Amino acid sequence: MILRGSSLRRLKKSTGVSDPMRVGILCSRVRVEEKLLRDALVHRGIEVELVDDRALTFTLAQPIRRWDAVLERSISQTRGLAITSVLEQWGVPTINRHAVAATCASKLATSVALEASGVPTPATAVAFTSEAALGAAEELGYPVVLKPVTGSWGRLLAKINDRDAAEALFEHKAVLGGPEHSVFYLQQHIDKPGRDIRAFVVGDEVICAIYRESEHWVTNTARGARTRNCPVDATLRDLSLRAAAAVGGGVLAIDLLEDRDRLLVSEVNATMEFKNSIDVTGVDIPGHVADHVRRIARGAPVAVGA
Amino acid sequence: MCPECDAAVPLDAGVERGEVVTCPDCNAELEVIGLDPPRFVLAPPEEVDWGE
Repeated sequence: MILRGSSLRRLKKSTGVSDPMRVGILCSRVRVEEKLLRDALVHRGIEVELVDDRALTFTLAQPIRRWDAVLERSISQTRGLAITSVLEQWGVPTINRHAVAATCASKLATSVALEASGVPTPATAVAFTSEAALGAAEELGYPVVLKPVTGSWGRLLAKINDRDAAEALFEHKAVLGGPEHSVFYLQQHIDKPGRDIRAFVVGDEVICAIYRESEHWVTNTARGARTRNCPVDATLRDLSLRAAAAVGGGVLAIDLLEDRDRLLVSEVNATMEFKNSIDVTGVDIPGHVADHVRRIARGAPVAVGA
Repeated sequence: MCPECDAAVPLDAGVERGEVVTCPDCNAELEVIGLDPPRFVLAPPEEVDWGE
């Protein structure tokens, strides 16, 4: 849906803005987040097009350049990555950049980037056969967490408490086969205090953070975790910006674990969901994202955090 | 009408094309593909690469 004509002019008049900018929001579903982002951009006088990624066709020799920037909100990481790779080649700025989204879409690539930047993260190992994975689990020490390299919303996470469970799980993966089961990504289990932390980074700023609380060891809100405001102190701010910079910066949600007296970065999300975080933090998250998108659309260099 | 169970599916004000709603009778997830009149298709099931 494009807001234009008299509706847009009325809005621009009411907001005192005369920005001719045009932004595409790439999405598969119109969720609460996409509506809030659309409204925040429109409120800034920006013409917005919701682009259904399922209906897109790109002819590579015929670049489409009708957007000053595209905010990538595809629910499918595969589709989002494919589309941003084409748009970037055509010179259309995307938020996030393709390379950033590609790093965040792979837990392994994220871990590599965090390690390379010296960002504290749970001890992580990767193996490619069930036998090698068993050795890696023994070396990390039980319990260990088995994660899919690609995945989100807490899907297919397994806490492995002992060798018996490890053998059974690894055998299942080997028998199931397929590329997604051929990489064994293992991480030290952190005995966190019934919650983790999600920090929201927009450009070079940590705009807010939340606790995600659950009695279950998986604390994704998609799995029912409750949210509560988490004050952003200097330590959290510094680590979140370092994690954002490690993957290339942009609009990012940093997941952190409290390990006694230190924080560890577990994951970085490039297409963050935030509907449960606005009320508890009191921060206008879509407004901050819209301001960032506007800066990028105007040609500002992408900040990469600290 | 719900394409799964034929129940009438009420739409809240502000619902847009592309949103997913739940059928009050059979709990099927439905994607809104038309507003006037309301039209729905079954929403695609979650895939392994969906997420944040």
